[in-house]
Amino acid sequence: MLTSLGLDYTLLVVSAGSGLLGLVSGVLGVFAVLRKQSLLGDAVAHAALPGIALMFLLTQTRQTELLLLGATLTGVLATGTIIAIDRFSRIKYDSALALILSVFFGFGLVLITFIQKIPTANQAGLDKFIFGQASTMLVRDVRLMIWVTLLMLGLTVLFWKELKMFSFDPGFTEVAGFSTRRINALLSGMIVVAIMIGLQTVGVILMSALIVAPGAAARQWSDRLSVVALLAGFFGAVSGLIGTLISSSITKMPTGPTIVIVLSLFTLISLLLAPNRGLLWQHLRQRKNQQMISYDKVLTAIHELAMNHENHQHTHAMAMIQPSKNIAGKPSKALQAAVENLEQRGLVRRNEDNQVAITPEGIRHVNRHLVKGDE
Amino acid sequence: MSAQGEILLIAIIVSTACTIPGMFLVLRSMAMMSDAITHTILLGIVAAFFIVHSLTSPFLILGAALMGLLTVFMVESITKTKLMAEDSAIGIVFPFLFSIAIILITRYAGSVHLDTDSVLLGELAFAPFNRFVFLGVDMGAKAIYVMGAVLLMNLLLAFVFFKELKIATFDPALAAVLGLAPTLVHYGLMAAVSITAVAAFETVGSILVVAFMVGPPVTAYLLTDDLKRMMLISFAVGALNAFLGFRMAIWLDVSIAGSMATLTGITFFMVFLIAPSRGMLSVFLRRRRQKVDFAEKSLLFHLHNHEGDPDEALENGRHTIYDHLHWPHDFLDRLVKRLIDHHHVVVENDILKLTDQGRAYAIQSYEQIVAGIQVKEK
Repeated sequence: MLTSLGLDYTLLVVSAGSGLLGLVSGVLGVFAVLRKQSLLGDAVAHAALPGIALMFLLTQTRQTELLLLGATLTGVLATGTIIAIDRFSRIKYDSALALILSVFFGFGLVLITFIQKIPTANQAGLDKFIFGQASTMLVRDVRLMIWVTLLMLGLTVLFWKELKMFSFDPGFTEVAGFSTRRINALLSGMIVVAIMIGLQTVGVILMSALIVAPGAAARQWSDRLSVVALLAGFFGAVSGLIGTLISSSITKMPTGPTIVIVLSLFTLISLLLAPNRGLLWQHLRQRKNQQMISYDKVLTAIHELAMNHENHQHTHAMAMIQPSKNIAGKPSKALQAAVENLEQRGLVRRNEDNQVAITPEGIRHVNRHLVKGDE
Repeated sequence: MSAQGEILLIAIIVSTACTIPGMFLVLRSMAMMSDAITHTILLGIVAAFFIVHSLTSPFLILGAALMGLLTVFMVESITKTKLMAEDSAIGIVFPFLFSIAIILITRYAGSVHLDTDSVLLGELAFAPFNRFVFLGVDMGAKAIYVMGAVLLMNLLLAFVFFKELKIATFDPALAAVLGLAPTLVHYGLMAAVSITAVAAFETVGSILVVAFMVGPPVTAYLLTDDLKRMMLISFAVGALNAFLGFRMAIWLDVSIAGSMATLTGITFFMVFLIAPSRGMLSVFLRRRRQKVDFAEKSLLFHLHNHEGDPDEALENGRHTIYDHLHWPHDFLDRLVKRLIDHHHVVVENDILKLTDQGRAYAIQSYEQIVAGIQVKEK
């Protein structure tokens, strides 16, 4: 039916798969980003390679489900090893990640080259997991992804409270009577599974971006975990879809990298434009603050001049407030703007000769906000 | 020299050259930066290739090194905005740059003799095919000279800037005060990482460069506290991994670099398990000993607190003490037995009584703990 609308069947399958993948990795990635474990995904993805090769060696099949089961096992093993190294030695977390990542990947290479030497084994298709090959996705792969996605999202909703508490305050979670070890195991396990279903599409090397980028981008838009998780799922799914569509409409455009670039753009836009947190907003806020401070400085100068006179309403020329560099003695634009702003706020008034005096309201404002202590 | 001898020699040179910057990455908690850089240099190579149209030009190394620095710069710029933690920034920047490289390679695959497999996976076995011929004389594999030059550069840098590296690594604030320019040291180190990675990726592949950079130093880190000794142990561990990995690869006829990385993991785990005082086994035993020791002291304090109390018979009773401490029965029984064996405690009328020795030990331990807390508070 949809094919009659001009949509290619394979493309439909592949985009559905990529979208689902983006959705589930985006939602789960939020917790990885909050727990400062963004790079665990990278290590786990690399660790999948020996699992795929071992499973192939043992079963001689290329059935995706079985290979991914093998990948899951080595992924979990790698995670456990990293946690053990972190806990039982002084080696830091990042060193443990880098070590396990490269060692597991190296072992995977050993196994793959070993398989290549077996004359009977048809290993073609194993290395698709290194870079990912979305076009090889079958309907049954997508069906598997649907079930996995539903399961992961279901678990997330079911353990929402625990995951939320654990992400922000593991100490409190422990004290409140929850087993942080179990929650951590659940979360790591879910992330491992999300990575496994992504291997086929984007491959082991780029998978970490799918975990990290949606969460990091969504984080900029809200301080509410539920909103961040929904947005991350949305960013992930949309990037998966757009990336697949772009790569299918341009020849020689690999899917995985295209998805990653779309995601990176989402992240960049979020970093720049997200309200309140975004860099653009930060910049505007800072400029406004600087402006307010400069206005205050002018007001204090006027106040000081006024205090030198019996009559506080005495007017002063602009040049008295801030000597001008201009030869004609015209006040600088900044000063003019500051005085105009202060006048609008009723803190100073000007006479027809453009001379300035502070108003009683201005004196009150200075005493209330700008003078330290009572002199 | 035989092809096998050359391969082994190249492997040992690569491992030693990688270890030097790798060690400082490990100590500065920047190990994952090596993972990022080894990926993004691919973009540097591709970009330089499009400019000079040659795969052997030294500009490729320059392009790769610049890309490595750009990676570090991008990660740091993002981290500086405080909108995202450093690990997230790494996890976004390197896949982004790497994706651009892959897309470029795929789109121009016809005209570029560069395939992603060889860059990422490398093949040490092919290294001897690429000869260095000088005035018509075969001088040996080219990789020996390329990696040898990188090794010399790293050794020289580490030797000349040892003091700067050491202080900037362990106390960046002090380094800044002393005028040692920690930022410059930082970027210098990153440049060394990039150059080493780009020179090594051809032979061992970019992902396994990480194993060579991080593996030997973390293994050595479990064995010593001395920076110079750590470097020497790293060299030895790296050479051992290269040698054993090479033998294994020949024996099983598999990827040489892969089996060297596997061996890196195996030696690490042996050391991780049994290293004296810092290995998992000794950490585990020490933590258990400390737990028993602390429990013993707490029990002695409890006995001391209730000595001579009217309800001493209840609080310190042989059979009622369980209700007051809420510790597992068998654990408490073992503790009491130990204390009796050490003559710290005796049982009189079913009441646990401190001996003079036990009381003195309890008071002494208590004073030590309090003194420790006071020192900490200061």
